[in-house]
Amino acid sequence: MNWINAIAQGLLLGGLYALFACGLSLLFGVVGIINLAHGDLAVLGGYVAVAILPSVHTNALWALLFVPPIFGAFGYVSQRTLLQRSLENGPLTTLLVTFGLSVVLQNALLEGFSADSHSLSIGKLATQALRINSQLSISYLRFGILVVAVVVLAGVQLLLARTSVGRQIRAVADDNEAAAISGVNTRHIAGIATGIAFVTVAIAGLANGMYSQFTPTSGSSLLLFAFEAVIIGGLGSLWGTLAGGCVLGLAGTIGAQIDSTMGTLIPHLVFLAVLAVRPSGFFPARAPA
Amino acid sequence: MTQAPTAPAAPVAAVRIRRSTRTSRWALGPTAIILIVLGYLPYGTGQGTTSMLVDFFILLTLGVTWNMLAGYAGLVSVGQQAYIGIGAYGVLWLAQHGVEPFLALPIAAVACAVLAVPISFLVFRLRGGYFAIGTWVVAEVLALFTIRDSALGGGTGTNVPGLGGFDPVVLGAYTYWAALAVAVISLVGSYFLLRTRVGLALTAVRDDETAARNVGVRVSRAKRIVYLAAAVGAGGAGALLAISQLNVEPHNVYGVQWSAYMIFVVLIGGIGTLEGPILGTIVFFVLQRTLASEGAWYLIIVGSVAVVMAVWVRKGLWGIAERFGLRLFPTGYHVTDTTR
Repeated sequence: MNWINAIAQGLLLGGLYALFACGLSLLFGVVGIINLAHGDLAVLGGYVAVAILPSVHTNALWALLFVPPIFGAFGYVSQRTLLQRSLENGPLTTLLVTFGLSVVLQNALLEGFSADSHSLSIGKLATQALRINSQLSISYLRFGILVVAVVVLAGVQLLLARTSVGRQIRAVADDNEAAAISGVNTRHIAGIATGIAFVTVAIAGLANGMYSQFTPTSGSSLLLFAFEAVIIGGLGSLWGTLAGGCVLGLAGTIGAQIDSTMGTLIPHLVFLAVLAVRPSGFFPARAPA
Repeated sequence: MTQAPTAPAAPVAAVRIRRSTRTSRWALGPTAIILIVLGYLPYGTGQGTTSMLVDFFILLTLGVTWNMLAGYAGLVSVGQQAYIGIGAYGVLWLAQHGVEPFLALPIAAVACAVLAVPISFLVFRLRGGYFAIGTWVVAEVLALFTIRDSALGGGTGTNVPGLGGFDPVVLGAYTYWAALAVAVISLVGSYFLLRTRVGLALTAVRDDETAARNVGVRVSRAKRIVYLAAAVGAGGAGALLAISQLNVEPHNVYGVQWSAYMIFVVLIGGIGTLEGPILGTIVFFVLQRTLASEGAWYLIIVGSVAVVMAVWVRKGLWGIAERFGLRLFPTGYHVTDTTR
């Protein structure tokens, strides 16, 4: 890998991080939940595909048709039952509950699928790439993930800005009580927002499964990268999140280029540096989610 | 005791301010007896019991100090394993440089507090859940730095030198007493810390942070003191881990599972009380021992119990006991009108 290639791969990887971060940001911005089980939910999405795919199709792209809707419903239900209840106990409770869920999920996956790594096969597409020159080639899969990330981020942005549901979601995010007084069914709206967040988590989990292998415990590092992308980009800004993801991706591939063991350390250090110098991130926005 | 607040308008003689309760005074005797028995234990029982209790004391120390962070200061940290790791590797490094491991234990714990000062300035920029994940990132970074040092065993860890010269029975007993001391110090330490102005400040913050700031409570300072104290506790626990296991393994000491254990202990026992973590540690420990053969199921069960407790039984098991007026380590003030 040369430098130009490292930069290109880093930017592409940023799409995956941004995809992960989108759900985290949405859930916190609208519902007020910091979901510590975020990464594990994404991994769960991968395993749902592993479990169901054999009876559907050999190509994992088909999982995009059924895993996100399942997760959407799952998100709505878990918001209306467990998460809403824990929100009423205060913000600290939701942290503890989601952390507990994360441990339960990880161990349930360990019990069900063993600690072996799995991956989602998408056939020939996984290895095909657009060769620009002898040193730079862009994998269709990675490019596809970046495109999906942009589409998902734009979709969420449009949904929030243009639709009636989006207006209600923003109202709930701004002032829950005022929204309720104006006739918004706030719990239903919070459920829908959680459902949307879970759909993006599922897409991110599937993309991750196609991109690399995953184990029941790989959720933790996914959570950390998603969180770092949100903070670097600036809270509340979806496009900032994409930029944050790209910064992390670049830091990772450039770090790995310097020394193969630095691939995970450098992004964390970049995050801590941003936190020290510019804690509000680079593109903080006042618009919700 | 020392700093009963000046009663504002009411005549001083009309109220009596007590910091202890009847049960707390009654509990002093049995507590002393339990401590004496625990201290004498290595003479009376075998290695199996004492080494099991070492694990118990490590867990207790972690639970007590995490409860201080989350239950009193509202700082939900998921990164205390940073200090467990530094404590363990501190002992390893000092032992490699000729310091007796048992002397290295307090040094490593204090080193954790020193390290926690700059870290606190970084992570205190984050609020609530972001603070939680930020502390986790710090722990990851420290772990990644540690495994880069091949003298410390790199990614696989290494043995702690300086413990081979001990007779196994003597070493077991020393380790046990060290663990007992760490657990007792963290319990007594957090009890007295929470009874000082810091504890008072934290109570004010818990009730209404804005109001507390307005009347001049130094909120960040109080939180920082608790954060440093919790770092010392986790560091001590990590140092004990290194001594009791005779080696240090990075994925163990820096593992996020420690945060899970702390949180479960506190949630089950009852957050925001000193008695809760003790009860929680006992329950967690029994569950861990009985379900150990079930593999991953034990964390599924314990995790689910903790989630249920967090949502539906917010004050944990000790909260149930408190409904009957039981309080062993009161940290608040009890004002009674003596004119009636």
